[in-house]
Amino acid sequence: MVWTPLWPTIVLTAGALGLLLLEAFRRPGSAQGMAWGALGITGLGLGATLALAGEGPVEGFYRMVVWDRLAFWFSLAVLLGTGMAILLSRHYLVDHGLERGEYYAFLLLASAGMLLMAVAGDLLIVFLALEWLSFPLYVLTGFARPRVESEEAALKYFLLGAFASAFLVFGIALIFAGTGLTNLRDLAEWLERPDPAARTLVWMGGALLLVALGFKAAAVPFHLWTPDVYEGAPTPVTGFMAAATKTAAVAALARVLLTGLAPATALWAGPLALMAAATMLVGNGVALVQSDFKRMMAYSSIAHAGYLLLGLLGEPSLALPGLVFYLLAYAFATLGAFAVAVSMAGPEGEDHSFEAYAGVARRAPGMGAAMAVFMLSLIGVPPTAGFFAKLLLFAAAWEAGWTALVLIGVITTVISAYFYLRVVVAMWMGRPEPLRLPVRYPWVRASVVISGMGTLLLGFLWFLLGGVTL
Amino acid sequence: MPEFSILTVMLTAPLAGALLILGLPRERTGAIRWTALGFSLISLGLAPWALARFDLSRPGPQLVERWTWAPAIGASCVVGVDGISLWLVLLTTLIFPLALAASWTIEERVKEYMALMLALETAVLGVFLALDLLLFYIFWEFTLVPMTLLIGIWGGPRRVYAAVKFFLYTMAGSVFMLVAIVALWLLSRPLTGTGTFDLQWMAAQLSPLLSLEVQRWLFLAFGLAFAIKVPMWPFHSWLPDAHVEAPTAGSVILAALLLKMGAYGFVRWNFALFPDAARDFALPIAILAVVAILYGALASYAQEDFKRLVAFSSVSHMGFVMLGLSALNSLGIQAALLQMVNHGLSTGGLFLLVGMLYDRTHTRDFRELGGLWKTLPLYGGVLMVVGFSSMGLPGLNGFVGEFLILLGAFGSTALGTAARGLTALAAFGVALAAVYILTMILRVLHGPLPERWRGLPDLTRRELAIMAPILVLIVFIGLYPQPFFAAMQASVQQTVAALSEAALSMR
Repeated sequence: MVWTPLWPTIVLTAGALGLLLLEAFRRPGSAQGMAWGALGITGLGLGATLALAGEGPVEGFYRMVVWDRLAFWFSLAVLLGTGMAILLSRHYLVDHGLERGEYYAFLLLASAGMLLMAVAGDLLIVFLALEWLSFPLYVLTGFARPRVESEEAALKYFLLGAFASAFLVFGIALIFAGTGLTNLRDLAEWLERPDPAARTLVWMGGALLLVALGFKAAAVPFHLWTPDVYEGAPTPVTGFMAAATKTAAVAALARVLLTGLAPATALWAGPLALMAAATMLVGNGVALVQSDFKRMMAYSSIAHAGYLLLGLLGEPSLALPGLVFYLLAYAFATLGAFAVAVSMAGPEGEDHSFEAYAGVARRAPGMGAAMAVFMLSLIGVPPTAGFFAKLLLFAAAWEAGWTALVLIGVITTVISAYFYLRVVVAMWMGRPEPLRLPVRYPWVRASVVISGMGTLLLGFLWFLLGGVTL
Repeated sequence: MPEFSILTVMLTAPLAGALLILGLPRERTGAIRWTALGFSLISLGLAPWALARFDLSRPGPQLVERWTWAPAIGASCVVGVDGISLWLVLLTTLIFPLALAASWTIEERVKEYMALMLALETAVLGVFLALDLLLFYIFWEFTLVPMTLLIGIWGGPRRVYAAVKFFLYTMAGSVFMLVAIVALWLLSRPLTGTGTFDLQWMAAQLSPLLSLEVQRWLFLAFGLAFAIKVPMWPFHSWLPDAHVEAPTAGSVILAALLLKMGAYGFVRWNFALFPDAARDFALPIAILAVVAILYGALASYAQEDFKRLVAFSSVSHMGFVMLGLSALNSLGIQAALLQMVNHGLSTGGLFLLVGMLYDRTHTRDFRELGGLWKTLPLYGGVLMVVGFSSMGLPGLNGFVGEFLILLGAFGSTALGTAARGLTALAAFGVALAAVYILTMILRVLHGPLPERWRGLPDLTRRELAIMAPILVLIVFIGLYPQPFFAAMQASVQQTVAALSEAALSMR
């Protein structure tokens, strides 16, 4: 049996269980060792992924999982998000009285689920991975108990997430009822010569899958949970959700749509394009009126889901590298921005209104400059990674004939400049009253530096290395 | 031995300076200022060398340096100068040291200020030097960032509003250019395999294959970005705010260089890549240009604020530049290119003078000024000369540019029967320029001197040193413009030839 595709998942799962076990027998006191342990395990996962870089494409485990270039890049993005989230968490947990060792175990378990999603070759694996990544996330969202926003967010996320899962299962069931298949490649083969009697069942199943995965990706109109959950969750968890969960959701969509339902592109492309357009417009439009950084970033996350959907619609030879690049660029910028936010949320509590950020760059120019870089990347201003990301995806979509979507994309990009600039304006041009200063957390600063370098250099390195063909 | 890469060093020296400044301790403002000036002087020092190696008789890019950095998508770093960009590059290397010297009075967050100014210099130089579309766009868009921060952090009372407006307005135009760049790249893919962004390849190979319909759309997409930057009427409304709120050096760079990027873009990209569409759109551009000339002049006359007056005069002057370009003949384009340099010197100079006055009086309101010649004789003299240059007084540089633009537009075949009428209206704009400039001089220098300005100190040696090169060039170009035209001629004629060939092939 071929185990290759599962190694990163196995490493993280084993590590997470090991951490849980250790937590049970740990002497009471500081959980600093846990953070180091989690970081080490993420590093091992990264090592496993890199070791498999040249492998594939190969199917494994009764053809349930596949390892290919796409899986490699998705795994890399997930592990990047995980590692950064751990960096953000350590001091935050201590200062907010949340330091419990199981936090890191949950983080790694969620990450393992996402890694499984990256290699999914079967609808059952998609479902399994989705549940696997979701349950730890529900717990992590409510981790700031008894802060009521956190509990509320967890409950909302759980209830709506359960709905989404139900849609997914029902969708898979309908497809199975129609075809007797759950393997994505078999399904694609079946769709080449569909049995007319069963076709309707498969279409309905496919539509339900789109709903469920759209929910996880925070695509309009299934995005309504996002702002509350992002705002309520502990800030490092929000960053993790924005970057890593987004990757997993996009991976799921890519697997299901581009492998399983690829022969039926004509059927899902229209609805998906509508979703992309609505997501770009609503995400960016509503972000305009936010006055809280975390809520703004929630809508920004919705908006970027819209741009990512372009990557599923575009001409594949351009779109898939673009998709991967976009995920990496988005992860760097978003996690970097949340890192700055974490250092703004000192022991005195969380206030992420723009006023609370006013004038920060006066005293902490490094943080201010980093935040400016992240915001510019989220807008897509050259020479940051966000620019090249948008360039690739817009090119892919244009090549595939989605002219209107590209125009919506660039117009909403201009709109987005306004609300991302508001953060820069507050930090650099605001007059603070009273001035809040970012806390100097060494791990958080490290993640700011990594994200900053990533955001500035990713574009150049990527192309210098000859780009990526998938 | 490999040849010394003049242009690359010229381009990257300021950026290197910016990075160096980031490493300096922020208390040492003196060291920071001198480092900034020093690195901008490296670029300036290379300018005469580049000029000496420039072959006047040859059209097309020279001193070309090329690095392939993204073979997968066919993007390269290609820099070079031709007759079209040469003087703008040299103007950039001159204006930045002057602007930095004029920023000696900045006391707040000096480190960030100087680093941003140097980053801006690299970006502006990059716009004028880039011969690769993607590289061009990267520099083009990046100029926004330092400029927005310069306005927003060191600007006047409404700086945040002005900065955000500037950013959004300019970006709204340039995203459509990005779409057009993407479209061009995709069109080049079947021909080259990986696609390319190379200007010369596109002009030679791709441009003739484009249908008129496609050319028109692409022309409009590029043109919108450039029109907002110029700014052409009716896209000018960001300009007064940005100019008035920006710190002195910011206004100088905005007026002298950033506006030129728009007009330059038309010649470099629109005329070279979409010649058929250029002929189609020549008349609309000329009409908007004439509206800008008259509107800018009238609005300028109506201002009570010294800086706003100069800002609106820019709209009018850039109207002349666009009129010259829209003539699509050798005379008009050459004159427009020279007028860009002239406007950079005269309006840049006027903004410097406004700043110097403001440093002394802390007001720019004409109603509070007056009679200053009595206390500031040197300042008065300099203001007169620069003002007259802006007005187009014969013997100074402005006259040469405007007169030849009118001559070019008058004889333009691209503008057809409307050429004469438009030229006549534009000529009326020259008269209006005299009105607002003389009014400005009258209200600042003449009349009764308010008691509180009696003891004002005249120009310092630093300020004189800043104005001196501008004055010299104003007079020099006014009396002897020939060398400037000589360097442009070959490249402009090549562009014009391509433009008229396009017209022939259509018939």
